[in-house]
Amino acid sequence: MSLEPRQVLAADGTVIDRREPDVSTLATMYAAMTEARLYDRKASALQRQGRLATYAPYEGQEASQVGAVAPLAPEDWLVASYRDAAAMHLHGYPWKNLLLTRMGDERGGHPPEGVNVTPPSITVGGHMIHAVGIAWAEKLKGTGAVALTMFGDGATSEGDFHEAMNFAGVYHVPTVFFCQNNGWAISMPRSRQTASRTIAQKADAYGLPGVLVDGNDVLAVAEVVAEAVDRARAGEGPTLIEALTYRVQGHTTADDDRRYRAREEAAGWLARDPLERVRLWLERHGAWDEARQSGIEAEASRRIEAAVAEAEALESLSAGEIFDAMFDEPTAPLAVQRHRAERSAR
Amino acid sequence: MSVMTLAQALNSALDTALDDPRVVLMGEDIGTTGGVFRITDGLQRKHGSERVIDTPVAESGIVGAAFGMAIAGLRPIVEIQFMGFSYPAYDQVISHVARIRSRSRHRFTAPMVIRLPYGGGIGASEHHSESTEAIYTHIPGLKVVVASTPENAKGLLLAAVDDPDPVIFLEPIRAYRAARGEVPDGRYVTPIGAGMLEQRGSDISLISYGAMMRETRDAAHRLAAEGVSAEVIDLRSLVPLDADMVVASVEKTGRAVVIHEAPLTGGYGAEVVALIQERALYSLRAPVRRVTGWDVSVPLRLAERHYLPSTGRIMSAARDVLEA
Repeated sequence: MSLEPRQVLAADGTVIDRREPDVSTLATMYAAMTEARLYDRKASALQRQGRLATYAPYEGQEASQVGAVAPLAPEDWLVASYRDAAAMHLHGYPWKNLLLTRMGDERGGHPPEGVNVTPPSITVGGHMIHAVGIAWAEKLKGTGAVALTMFGDGATSEGDFHEAMNFAGVYHVPTVFFCQNNGWAISMPRSRQTASRTIAQKADAYGLPGVLVDGNDVLAVAEVVAEAVDRARAGEGPTLIEALTYRVQGHTTADDDRRYRAREEAAGWLARDPLERVRLWLERHGAWDEARQSGIEAEASRRIEAAVAEAEALESLSAGEIFDAMFDEPTAPLAVQRHRAERSAR
Repeated sequence: MSVMTLAQALNSALDTALDDPRVVLMGEDIGTTGGVFRITDGLQRKHGSERVIDTPVAESGIVGAAFGMAIAGLRPIVEIQFMGFSYPAYDQVISHVARIRSRSRHRFTAPMVIRLPYGGGIGASEHHSESTEAIYTHIPGLKVVVASTPENAKGLLLAAVDDPDPVIFLEPIRAYRAARGEVPDGRYVTPIGAGMLEQRGSDISLISYGAMMRETRDAAHRLAAEGVSAEVIDLRSLVPLDADMVVASVEKTGRAVVIHEAPLTGGYGAEVVALIQERALYSLRAPVRRVTGWDVSVPLRLAERHYLPSTGRIMSAARDVLEA
């Protein structure tokens, strides 16, 4: 495999060594990335106002998240982690649900029927094998649907990463493993997670292809994911993709990244901003201007604000309701506890 | 009706369960070999290797993959070779299997069965004789049942497969071939959440489950020879517990001994005793006693006899309670 990351659009917005992309596709991806960034900033602001509990910002990773799910069909599954709100949203998981989870309401974990996106995994790495099981089930059912799972560089240190890759390889399961290598697992740099030169090359040990991609280049990400999805759908098995990107903010709103990394490091990455290069290209092709920019921003903000209002309008779960989703039907002992909890809440 | 061992009854249950196209079996060596205890013997040949799946040696991966399958609409039945090998999968069970329904407020569920051969008495190697059901009964969102006879093994397993929620299914290793009995042909279920009042009595309640039912019945039989009328309860379902059956029995007898082979401290017996004191304290005529394994690692073969509760220990505790 190549140790050079795949790239289509350079940081300065020029296309590298191939045909120019389609204007409307790129404009759509740019709008999605813009909405993603606005949501990320809104969520961080809401957290500072005490309206959300801890929030995990993904600023700088918008191209990875939008590019990872853009090639998916609606029936394909997304099994993602706590930093993947933008990807989950683009695959149909409403902003309102993502906000509810961050507010501390389990109903956030209930996306509409037909949306094949599982609630965000909060533990690190345990969810990758779920995407293997889901894809395996779809394969046994013969539906043609595939599953894409998103995780960070830190998650590849977990034993569950090995088991998920191994199962997928042995059983040729239609799963796409999408690693956002954002350089940091809370305070530990990527170099302290693995002595391997890349994460992508680990695929070789499991008998599957590994692909390295510029994670800040939405076209390159979408291209490698589309290839992996096509392979999976054609029965050619799983793929591991490593998207090189950068976590611009701290691990969460509870983290202070000044304790473990220098500000200058982020500066280099800000110059490789995933939105900027797309806007430059669109402008250069006469497909973008200030009016269009403020137009999509206003639209996105309206949707996000509406989601905030809807989420905040919901009454929190009552003492009795916390018992109602443990089993299909509450067991007899739980019914007794429910009664006691309701009485003590009065 | 056919006379079967407990192992054969489980095989019959799995074969019946596989009539449902959503059911798949997963585990180490369960296909070609039929499992380390031969519980799945012949099932891969009959139902195919896509539905009776030999997996890599990776318990966390097996349970995690089965969990994904359950989310996507299948009904996986997982075999872990021994309860003592289930701990690598504990994170998947506790963090995902038990929680997905509450995490998603019913949007996603994990209807799956995890079969755990448990318990000592066969002189096995280290880790092969564990009875750690309490680490599962403590986790909200799981149902935990224990088979004790061929008949309830098949009925409980079919009930577990039908259940819309995850079920931890304990199989008593030393009863696999020692327990024989009549088993109905075809499909039937033994309801989860219902205990079995095996024998009526008026002087003392002997409450147990799983492999220890043999010694418990034996103790009741020998107490009868001494003129003591013992009531025998097989809990069968630890979560949810048939609390009413336990309470009604103790209200009648006023005396109870709770028996299990798991260690004493934090064992499931403590839950039963707590229930009795909460709901039947004023019926008690003597303190409730527990007869359990000791708080030691299960000894290996040569000293294992010092660990497992014997009929004699149950008799001795019962006499203490009767004389108090």
